[in-house]
Amino acid sequence: MTRSVPTTPETVRQQAAESAAKRRKRARSAPIRWRRRTLLGLYLVFVMLPIYWLLNLSFQTNSEILGSFSFWPQNFTLGNYVGIFTDANWYMGYVNSLAYVLMNMLISISVALPAAYAFSRFRFIGDKHLFFWLLTNLMAPPAVFLLPYFQLYYSVGLFDTHIAVALAHCLFNIPLAIWILEGFMSSVPKEVDETAYIDGYSFPRFFVTIFIPMIRSGIGVTLFFLFMFSWVELLLSRTLTATNAQPIASIMTRTSTASGIDWGTLAAAGVLTILPGIVVVYFVRNHIAKGFALGRT
Amino acid sequence: MNKVYNNKAWFLILPMLLLVAFSAIIPLMTVVNYSVQDVFDANTRFFTGTEWFETMLNNPTLQAALLRQFAFSFTILAIQVPLGIGIALLMPKRGWQASAVLILITLPLLIPWNVVGSIWQLFTRGDIGLMGVGIRQLGYAYNITRNPADAWATIILMDVWHWTPLIALLCYSGLRSIPDAYYQAARIDRASKWAVFRYIQLPKLTNVLVIGILLRFMHSFMIYAEPFVLTGGGPGSSTTFLSQSLTTMAIGQQDLGPSAAFSLIYFLIILLVCWVFYTAIMNMQKDNANQGGA
Repeated sequence: MTRSVPTTPETVRQQAAESAAKRRKRARSAPIRWRRRTLLGLYLVFVMLPIYWLLNLSFQTNSEILGSFSFWPQNFTLGNYVGIFTDANWYMGYVNSLAYVLMNMLISISVALPAAYAFSRFRFIGDKHLFFWLLTNLMAPPAVFLLPYFQLYYSVGLFDTHIAVALAHCLFNIPLAIWILEGFMSSVPKEVDETAYIDGYSFPRFFVTIFIPMIRSGIGVTLFFLFMFSWVELLLSRTLTATNAQPIASIMTRTSTASGIDWGTLAAAGVLTILPGIVVVYFVRNHIAKGFALGRT
Repeated sequence: MNKVYNNKAWFLILPMLLLVAFSAIIPLMTVVNYSVQDVFDANTRFFTGTEWFETMLNNPTLQAALLRQFAFSFTILAIQVPLGIGIALLMPKRGWQASAVLILITLPLLIPWNVVGSIWQLFTRGDIGLMGVGIRQLGYAYNITRNPADAWATIILMDVWHWTPLIALLCYSGLRSIPDAYYQAARIDRASKWAVFRYIQLPKLTNVLVIGILLRFMHSFMIYAEPFVLTGGGPGSSTTFLSQSLTTMAIGQQDLGPSAAFSLIYFLIILLVCWVFYTAIMNMQKDNANQGGA
């Protein structure tokens, strides 16, 4: 484009924008861009290497793992995975884990939604103390609650059921859900509520048909976090179950037997525990950044 | 937002309160109950007052575990916070690369904690692990089951691998919320990169960093599954942290009274540190606001 003397405001603006873009391009010159990419690439390699090694070992037989050291499987085998999917003891572990995680997500979100609304919209007696008490539950080490949980659930006859683990995980998941949802709800202007009430909506109808759709990305992110913290927890889920509801995490400890550790199966089981996480994170990838700040940026 | 004063809001809270009370207050009361009694069997028990608390506070094993725990928590915070900020600054802002990098970086957070331990066990073993074999090839006799220093370094590396993404993602979301106008103003002033970071980006990151540091401190103080799987607390007791000492005492030895007293002390330490940190940060912000600053 030839640079003529600008005559209209539009051309002035256009030329200014073009030269600004050129300047920006020059400022972020190629060496700097490449340095950024290399540094980030190095970190990603650091993140992926242990996971790659897990994948690599999961496609090898035990004799190959122990016999020869190689960067990729020499005799590619799916035997470890077949072993897991044909043994009910193994694959029921995944079913059990998913069962209590889903139950927990359902319970937590359904009681946390109204509670978070109350915290974000109303003042009432003891609200600040209550909120702080909820957050202290997030700080409670599961090890502290181990013994009392065991006795409590045993005495009410819930030991070794999915619902026991789901309820136990509510200890930290409900406060977390309220914390995140409160942030998202507070960013919805109060005028929305007031307009709806003037238009004659009742509270339940307003909440379900207007308010929940407005914060659906927040709910998605909350569900992601509920999934994450319930899925990764080991101590409580292991203590509260014996055989019927045993999670995959504690079944994995069985790979060490008298004849040594079954490395191939351990690696394959590990790979399978990562997959649900990838699926879940794919759904919320566009909102996850905001979600990690608990809706408070 | 100015909230309405209305005590009917309690009805919205009630279902949540009942559930959390069932899973928090009843067990916690059980712990308090045990901590002041000596239980022999279902019918025989004595009131001991603060005796268990005194025993536990003077127990050298637990004191050592507590010191190790603090050393661990502060080390990982000192590494993860700067590293997380750095990575957040490097992450692409838009396009498919942004999504891809986000998913890859989030991955370690979604792996069950004991599987994290297993992954690193497979990765660092001297006979079959990439890192273990690699370091041995370089001529260093790396062995996490024999050498406490190696075990420590590996556990810290594992935690950095596992949890730096949390700080990075928090900071990334904080950075994305900075309006473009701020950067334009900085360009007009010809501000250096450091000045942009120090006076625009860092102040905006304070909020998310407070959340991040609190979460990281809490979780690192409760760490159990990863070191348990990777080193089993050894060699010796060099990587035995508080959770593991407590679990051994409560479940392994069934010492109800002492372990209950220990539980309460443990919980109170976490509460205290979080409270001190939170109040300090909030006061700092208030001071800044009063001086008319950011």
